Amino acid sequence: MVERKSIRDFAALLFALGLAFLLLVLGGQFVFGSAPMLIGQEILKSAPAETGAANIVTSVVLGYRGIDTLVEIAILFSAATAAGLVLGKRRENARRDPDGGFILKASADLLFPFLLMVGFYIILHGHVTPGGGFQGGVILAAAFFIPLLARPSRKVNHAGIIVIEGLSGAAFIIIGLVSLFQGKEFLQPLLANSLEIGTLGNLISAGTLPLLYLAVGLKVGAELAGLLAHIADVEADL
Amino acid sequence: MMLPDPGTTLYAGAFGLIVIGIVGLVISKNLYRILLALVIAEAGANMLLVLAGFRFDAIAPIITGAFATAQSVPMVDPVPQAMVLTAIVIGVGIQALALSLIMQVYRTYGTLDMREISRKLDRDMAGSAGVSPSSSEEEPAPQSLSPLPDALLNKTGKEGADA
Repeated sequence: MVERKSIRDFAALLFALGLAFLLLVLGGQFVFGSAPMLIGQEILKSAPAETGAANIVTSVVLGYRGIDTLVEIAILFSAATAAGLVLGKRRENARRDPDGGFILKASADLLFPFLLMVGFYIILHGHVTPGGGFQGGVILAAAFFIPLLARPSRKVNHAGIIVIEGLSGAAFIIIGLVSLFQGKEFLQPLLANSLEIGTLGNLISAGTLPLLYLAVGLKVGAELAGLLAHIADVEADL
Repeated sequence: MMLPDPGTTLYAGAFGLIVIGIVGLVISKNLYRILLALVIAEAGANMLLVLAGFRFDAIAPIITGAFATAQSVPMVDPVPQAMVLTAIVIGVGIQALALSLIMQVYRTYGTLDMREISRKLDRDMAGSAGVSPSSSEEEPAPQSLSPLPDALLNKTGKEGADA
């Protein structure tokens, strides 16, 4: 038995070395940095005028690849739904973990408003600073999940989570449809020219992009909070 | 001690993470460790994607007051960064789904060891098909073999049907 195990380890080591060699030889042929993709340079030139967002990653995520972001939200939604389906409902009389101590509960309550504030700050400044709906949404989810970790017996308002999720998802699509009815493409940024509303780099700028990111942030936050609550809610007595 | 230049270190780190992740996928026996190995490999792939557009002589693609126009200072390619943002979010969804599946496997079989799970799965499948688990595939099937497994016909599953 010992011999078989050592042979296995040796084979795994050989496999690892071979894989590393293959990847390094392949990677050595890339030219990093000086990208053969010209699209990036074009976007850097035209993005500030076309979308009005100072953060060009935001204009790629929401402006140039807006439909991709919509599908990404849909994937996150389906993953959360499938996880809820797999985990199932807990029985009413199932035992729960006990609540945390005083320090844990007090600090969880203390953290809640600050996490909420940081989350909304990052969401709303997604078009001028590094950040945005996905990052801020995760912080919002953490704000709602940390008090739940301190008090596992607390009821989660799943109906409220579903309402926020549905409304923000609908808002994203409605903003896309509005620009469709204005005679533009679906999800094309509206009022994006920095001369129309606000100035480049200010909080009020970039047209509809901050609204789109707010919808994304609320949806991601509600999605992840519901998912974490589901995973934490699995019956403890196995 | 002579340090290699930072670019080489970063690329080697990205490739190293991918290799560690894939090797962990191959040699791990514990389902949770397999998930962790997948996460590590994903981190390496994301890092490689970001590095593909990275330049040391350029700034982050955010226009701040000092750089009023994009042309004055070179900026790194924003497209790989947006791609990686997408990949990270989808990765989180996949990890949550995989984790909930692993939790259900543990509730059903009481173990996360792949060998034990496959042994129990074999036993259950053989049991519901009405053959003895030790029989070989070439052995003729018993007379009472029905196209539906017994568990469905009798409504009495073995274990795991407690829901």
